[in-house]
Amino acid sequence: MKAPTLAAGLFLATQASAQTLTVYAPDYFTSEWGPGPRIEELFEAQCACELEFKPGDLLPRLMLEGDRTEADVVIGLNTDVTKKARESGLFAPHGVDLSGLTLPIEWTDDVFLPFNYGHTAFVYDTTRLDAPASFDALLNAPDDLRLVIQDPRSSISGLALVLWVQSVYGDKAQEAWEKLAPKIVTVTKGWSESYGLFTDGEADMVLSYTTSPAYHIIAEDDETKKAAIFPEGHYFMVELAAKVASTDEPELAQQFMDFILSHDFQSMIATGNWSIPAALDKSEWPEGFQKLDLPDTVLFYSEDEAAALRDQAIEAWRAGLSQ
Amino acid sequence: MARRSFAIIAGLALAACTLGPILAVLVRAGGFGQISAADWQAVRFTLVQAALSAGFSVACGWPVARALARRRFPGRGLLVTLMGAPFILPVIVAVMGLIAVFGQNGLVNAGLGALGLPKLDIYGLHGVVLAHVFFNLPLATRMMLQAELAIPSERFRLAASLGLTPRAYFRLIEWPLILRIAPGAFAVIFVICLTSFAVALTLGGGPRATTVELAIFQAMRFEFDLGRAAMLSLIQLALALSAGLVALKLSRWDGFGLGRGRAVARWDGRGRLGRSIDGLAVMLAAAFLLVPLGAVIWKGLPGLALLGSDTARAALHSLMVALGSTALCLAWALPLATRRGELWALSAIALSPLVLGAGLFLLLRPWVNPLDWALPVTGLVNALMALPFALRILRPEAEAVTRDFGRLRATLRLTSWAWFRLVWLPRLRRPLGFAGGLTAALAMGDLGVIALFADPDRVTLPLQVYRLMGAYRMEAAAGAALLLLMCSLALFWLFDRGGRVGADV
Repeated sequence: MKAPTLAAGLFLATQASAQTLTVYAPDYFTSEWGPGPRIEELFEAQCACELEFKPGDLLPRLMLEGDRTEADVVIGLNTDVTKKARESGLFAPHGVDLSGLTLPIEWTDDVFLPFNYGHTAFVYDTTRLDAPASFDALLNAPDDLRLVIQDPRSSISGLALVLWVQSVYGDKAQEAWEKLAPKIVTVTKGWSESYGLFTDGEADMVLSYTTSPAYHIIAEDDETKKAAIFPEGHYFMVELAAKVASTDEPELAQQFMDFILSHDFQSMIATGNWSIPAALDKSEWPEGFQKLDLPDTVLFYSEDEAAALRDQAIEAWRAGLSQ
Repeated sequence: MARRSFAIIAGLALAACTLGPILAVLVRAGGFGQISAADWQAVRFTLVQAALSAGFSVACGWPVARALARRRFPGRGLLVTLMGAPFILPVIVAVMGLIAVFGQNGLVNAGLGALGLPKLDIYGLHGVVLAHVFFNLPLATRMMLQAELAIPSERFRLAASLGLTPRAYFRLIEWPLILRIAPGAFAVIFVICLTSFAVALTLGGGPRATTVELAIFQAMRFEFDLGRAAMLSLIQLALALSAGLVALKLSRWDGFGLGRGRAVARWDGRGRLGRSIDGLAVMLAAAFLLVPLGAVIWKGLPGLALLGSDTARAALHSLMVALGSTALCLAWALPLATRRGELWALSAIALSPLVLGAGLFLLLRPWVNPLDWALPVTGLVNALMALPFALRILRPEAEAVTRDFGRLRATLRLTSWAWFRLVWLPRLRRPLGFAGGLTAALAMGDLGVIALFADPDRVTLPLQVYRLMGAYRMEAAAGAALLLLMCSLALFWLFDRGGRVGADV
């Protein structure tokens, strides 16, 4: 029975040192190419505290831990889990003024705070393909167009795609999938595998984000990768942060939530996370981002609508591709 | 007495590490979840692809193993080592290698195009099976090669001096050997393919290729339905145990008896037909396995220059995990090298890593901070996952040693320690080396349960590959994958070679 004593000792020991803010984040966040290190540096400069990232599966881990979690803040949630997360009662209102947001949709959520966004889009190589001008044109394109997508049951971008098709085609979603089926080379577990297939030349188009070309423009000086923009609209994808209700550092947690919409954070996040800042005027975006083709119409389901449509949208996908 | 208590301890530890996590998840979920019609469809597809993959791997592995056992040619040792590589490659890397060969713009299609033939489409059930055979053919081959080499040379001398016809030779020597090894090899490969997910999905071409593991992933990650996840993983477990039971029932042992352990010289298959069959088998297998590996190397070379010190650190962590896993796995395997032990161990690879991770997380959490235990837990899980392979390799040899030398032991009244040191270990050196190499290489390449136990300061190499890909750095990711391949192969070679020094392989 030594372990609890030891654990208690360690607990007291950490209490005695400087205040620590524990932030749960997705794994990619904390790698040297993710936004984590910059966030840590900027925040520690203003809080006289220590920020500690704990990367990994966000919500599954939090749910397993319940209110005994050591997390103070969670960053990197997607809208697909907000409903479950809200219902768990693990999160507290963020208390941040949302008037500074520059999102293409209205955002009034008092628990989940957006920090960057993008849209689903099919990314292609201009040297290999003339992009279809609309979603309809893509459906009717010759079957030798080779597309790779992600599975809606294992990836967030895949789920956004089926909701995108659902919002464009409604009851005709399954027919749309049937038309798309012969062009789909394969469906991968996650975004990385798909994007790898695309850069390897195995596919002409890949389901990705409107912001993906920014990486190629800025980091590789390559302007041949573009997102095909469809007049039917593109599905909105946003990343969120939230404050954990059981935090033992409520003031630090609040300070961090306020920091998320600050100019420092927002002007770093574009190239830090290859996404569009949630609260920054376009004129202040990095040049590569200003060059991006962005959609005029943005489609989005609230979490309740998405929850109600999800099974139907996935079933349309499954049935359409299983023909 | 001592051996028996070791076996009991090892068996209890195995049960605690497999059933414990599932129970923990079930308790947390408050019971079982619902299984839908789509889930049963997934079960069916999982069974079909696993059975086909295991069947082809074993059927194709046999001629290759026989050829390697009875032929000597330059580069044979290297080939035997290299052929182990696909099995230990991380999934994503292997898939990329396969696509470079069989994909739309792959070598095969380039060749077909040049000949004016229609293109081959890799995506579908056949693609899934092809990939699984790519992964598991080396394992099947090595298991059977190991068994071939364990036949005492006296049997071959006798067969040659009796002038056995090829038919009689097959009936008296080869067929009993197949009966002894093939069902076990089939069962292990079948169980590995049961939990396949990313390969099945990517090469399956869409939702028709849905496996049980994908349903578990969905339940854990998206729906947070622990009860459903636990239920599905119990179904997976039941399938694996049934396969194991059937294999044990089928695999008969007739025995070749004891030999003096001299170098094996063989007189069979010396005719022109035998020689061409062997040559063809080796060449086809080598091309099938090595060309995709070559593609991985080719694509990874430019990326090697892009790797930083953090990748080197990740490689170091992976090496530590691999060595720890190997030590643990071999210590665990030796007392369990019995029929019952092997059957139980099969359940370890049939367990969904996600459920295992969640269960361990729940079990550890009241005592320690799971995040501080990322590397030890990864090591433990990798050892657990490799245990069935280690046992499959060790058990036939271990049983043979006990059977063949048991009387000697009784006559000389050897103490347990003397028996272990003088007979057991030296006789088992070759399979121990192979099993150790396999475990080390597997532990190098496995992502395991790291998702729940990720530690920012202790990243492993496979995780680094995914991180690089996630950050659009595909070229660097290919470099890191090549590094991973080299580390895995080097470890495999060291152990395997260590087991073969002075032995006739």
